[in-house]
Amino acid sequence: MIDFLDAWGLTLVTFVPAVGALVMMAVPGHAESAHKRIAMAASLAAAAMGVLLLAGFDYGAAGSLQFQADLGWIDVINSRYILGLDGISLPLLALTLAVVPLCVIYSWNHIPEPGNPKAFLILMLILETGMVGTFLAQDLILFFVFFEVVLLPMFFMIGVWGGENRRYASIKFFLFTLFGSALMLLSFLALFFLSVDPATGEALRTFDMRALTDTAGAGIMLGAQVWIFAGMFIGFGVKVPMFPFHTWLPDAHTEAPTVGSVILAAVLLKLGTYGFVRIAVPMLPAAAEVWAPWIGLLAVIGIIYGALGCLAQTDMKRLIAFSSVAHMGFVMLGIATLTDFGINAAIFGMVAHGIITGMLFFLAGSVKERYHTLEISRLGGMLAQAPRLGWILGFVSMASLGLPGLAGFWGEFPAILSAYNPANGVSTATFRVYMVIAAVGTVLAAGYLLWLLQRTTMGKPPAEFADDPAIVDVTRTEWLAWAPLLAAIVVFGVAPGLIFEVTDPAVVGAIEGCLQLAGGCDGATGAAGAAMGG
Amino acid sequence: MMAQIGPVAAPAVDWAGLGPVLALALGAVVAIMVRTLARRLPDWVDWAWTALVAAAAAGAAVSLWGRVGAEGPFNAVGDQFGVDRFSLLVTAVIAVSVMLVAPVLHGFCQREGWSGPEIYVLMLLSAAGGVVMAGANDLVVLFLGLEILSIPAYVLAARNLARIQSLEAGLKYFVLGAFSSAFLLYGIALVYGSTGTTNLVGIRDYLSRWVVLSDAMLLAGLALLLVGLGFKVAAVPFHAWVPDVYQGAPTPVVAFMASAVKTAGFAAVIRVFVVAFDLRSGDWQPAVYALAVVTLLTGAVLAVVQRDVKRMLAYSSIAHAGFVLVGVQAASGRGTAAAVFYLAAYSVLVIGSFSVLAAVSGPGDSRTGLDDLRGLNSRRPALALGFTVLLLAQAGVPLTSGFVAKFEIIAAAVDARSFWLAVVAMVSAVVAAFLYLRIMVAVYSSPDGGDGAGDAEESAEPLAVPVLTGLVVAATVAVTVGVGVLPSVLHDLARDAIPALVAAG
Repeated sequence: MIDFLDAWGLTLVTFVPAVGALVMMAVPGHAESAHKRIAMAASLAAAAMGVLLLAGFDYGAAGSLQFQADLGWIDVINSRYILGLDGISLPLLALTLAVVPLCVIYSWNHIPEPGNPKAFLILMLILETGMVGTFLAQDLILFFVFFEVVLLPMFFMIGVWGGENRRYASIKFFLFTLFGSALMLLSFLALFFLSVDPATGEALRTFDMRALTDTAGAGIMLGAQVWIFAGMFIGFGVKVPMFPFHTWLPDAHTEAPTVGSVILAAVLLKLGTYGFVRIAVPMLPAAAEVWAPWIGLLAVIGIIYGALGCLAQTDMKRLIAFSSVAHMGFVMLGIATLTDFGINAAIFGMVAHGIITGMLFFLAGSVKERYHTLEISRLGGMLAQAPRLGWILGFVSMASLGLPGLAGFWGEFPAILSAYNPANGVSTATFRVYMVIAAVGTVLAAGYLLWLLQRTTMGKPPAEFADDPAIVDVTRTEWLAWAPLLAAIVVFGVAPGLIFEVTDPAVVGAIEGCLQLAGGCDGATGAAGAAMGG
Repeated sequence: MMAQIGPVAAPAVDWAGLGPVLALALGAVVAIMVRTLARRLPDWVDWAWTALVAAAAAGAAVSLWGRVGAEGPFNAVGDQFGVDRFSLLVTAVIAVSVMLVAPVLHGFCQREGWSGPEIYVLMLLSAAGGVVMAGANDLVVLFLGLEILSIPAYVLAARNLARIQSLEAGLKYFVLGAFSSAFLLYGIALVYGSTGTTNLVGIRDYLSRWVVLSDAMLLAGLALLLVGLGFKVAAVPFHAWVPDVYQGAPTPVVAFMASAVKTAGFAAVIRVFVVAFDLRSGDWQPAVYALAVVTLLTGAVLAVVQRDVKRMLAYSSIAHAGFVLVGVQAASGRGTAAAVFYLAAYSVLVIGSFSVLAAVSGPGDSRTGLDDLRGLNSRRPALALGFTVLLLAQAGVPLTSGFVAKFEIIAAAVDARSFWLAVVAMVSAVVAAFLYLRIMVAVYSSPDGGDGAGDAEESAEPLAVPVLTGLVVAATVAVTVGVGVLPSVLHDLARDAIPALVAAG
């Protein structure tokens, strides 16, 4: 079994959805239920592969890459087909494999206008292949290809099945991301040509992420490193999205169909933060140290700006979108500390945000379907009309604002705490200021979410919806799609160690470069992280 | 008096080495002769013969490729015309372009009601000129090739007599082309004045032996050569003719100009600057750097603001030329290989794209506005899908040939430490991507201007796409995706396509 997983596991989990998409292409478009079944089967097969991988994963060695596949691919550009799974990839892989089947379930009777479930589900499966591949790729070009493969299905999803303003939103999404990834590709090439083997002093000429992490930028002048990091910073920062590059996000989220928003929030944004944790920081630790205060600054600006943006929104979906900007700010703050504690918190934050905000977008989609509007001022009294829907919204909002005992807490609180004591070589005073600002951000988060709850769920139903028969409580497909996410919010809230224990060894390995550079990161925070994880 | 004139020494001619040129030129002559004598032949004979002749030229190039591999590069006519793998690959690209354009031209001519072989004959002659340019070892031969290439192209541009824009395109192309030829000739004269020869081997030899103390004349010559060739490859600021000519000329002819003519122009640029003047690369590199920057940015930005798809693709072809210039600027083996790869991949892409436009442009060849493409998806889903792939490839999306081509160019630039040029190129690629997205959005929206995408029921009048055009689009899409997934074959060909200057011996 383990042999099979070693040889085929990661390849299968990546390409099973793509095979499903190919099969669907061959089936004529009018067989709608067949398409739904094939999509369901493909995404469940991938999830089953994921369960096998999770079962076969050696948790004692979570810091090293497992189930590695390493084959020749495009020799002419020195790019290889290398996949690997370690503690950083594992939670994100699991998140992706869980969210996509739930989205397929939700799509069962929620195919957005103008219909055509065949194309819609094919795009979703291609998207899954791209996302899974990005989290598993251990070669920069392979990573880049998967990173780009994600772009097109989402472009079409927003551009064809989106709301009123979909053309503008989809093109904006595409161009912002493409701009970022263009600069990112340049940085990858610069790494390729400039990296040298520290042992022999010869040019490395490889895109192998394992080798580049090992050399950790050795032999590249700091000035060049800073520029290379800048390219990756823009590439990943656009995807996160970090403060000045975030403007595509509210538009894309607002216009995207429900399932598109869910995937965008749950997984796509993580590709950016994952890139920081997997590529930018470990490969160029010295440059990361130079950039850390600036990343931290943009992160806290994002936290405050996102929260203030939420307070100004009149549209529920747009409000949730802005809350993503704030939450990803916490994740980036954790990464900017360059400590194992902060990065562990960041990865937890990615998973928690994926589950919670994904769930919020599901809810927004269902509200839109019942009320045909997301205008907050027109909604109200949901607890009276559709009590379960209202309670779930309340529960998820609590999780989102970081209530202890639910998953959201473990993303935010340790990230703030980690800023108290950033890595050696990074200004402690600066980060303590950031810590205070970020803490204020959590108060604002409580403010906008409670305000949202008050206006939408409490009070009497407004006259225009009072006797509307369309407003029903949670349906069966919705329960099926939502129950796993709701359970995960509680489980990870009560037992955060489930994730921390997996990520910690890998994170320590990834920032080894920083540790060596600074002569050892602060041991106390590392211990605190481990204690919190346990 | 007469007694003093000795016999003229005829240069040694290797006829096999001239195979591709002879095939194209003789093929053209035979076509016009036979069609003049036998007027009743069916129309399809013209395109079939053209494709056959081009295939023969490509076949000759392939057999010479093997010979060059075994014996090394050699000269075909004295020291005037060289045969090396660079010129052979360029020859193959030109020949394949002709093969792809000919069937599209057939469908186009039938729709427009044109008969007669002259359009095919002119295309073959023009291609022959391109092949001469690719192998020229002497600036005078280069000039001859350029004129053989250009003069038929002027006529081709003006072929659509029913359209005033086509006549305007022909005239504009002719006047500006003649202008650029004058620049080129003056440049050749100045280079001759400072080095004493027009032979590229001789120039290189001279520059490696002697230090030119007052090199103002040489530099002026280089500058004028760059201007003259810059017109042909449509580098900014010598690009003004491109949008008008591309918009006015018959669409399949534009496909030919954007692929074969551009490739031949760049072959000349590489032969003259990268190979013959490699020792003076410090002098011309900054100029090409500047040209590349302006070309990339102007092409991409102006493409975005157009309303006519042919004009859009005209400006985007300028941006693509900027990419090739980035490869030229690297002045390295990697840069040359990347430029050749780009030209080969782009030629296929652009022929596919313009073939789609040729099918859509309707009788009169004038329906090429962005609005005319609306609803293409509901009228012709397969054609729309093919067009989408081609546009994405032009934008440089991974798993298409366009991505690999751009990747190689950027890699060459980074390897040559031209980081900022690489940044400009990537920014230009992103700006240009907006253009392709605009076209794609139009293709996938409904014809009435609303945006109910994908409603197949209310499709407008069916669009007649000639079978041959459809096949050409399918072939170009297949090549685009094939090269994108498995780039090794074309990459290895481009890597082996090393230009060489062989002294007469």
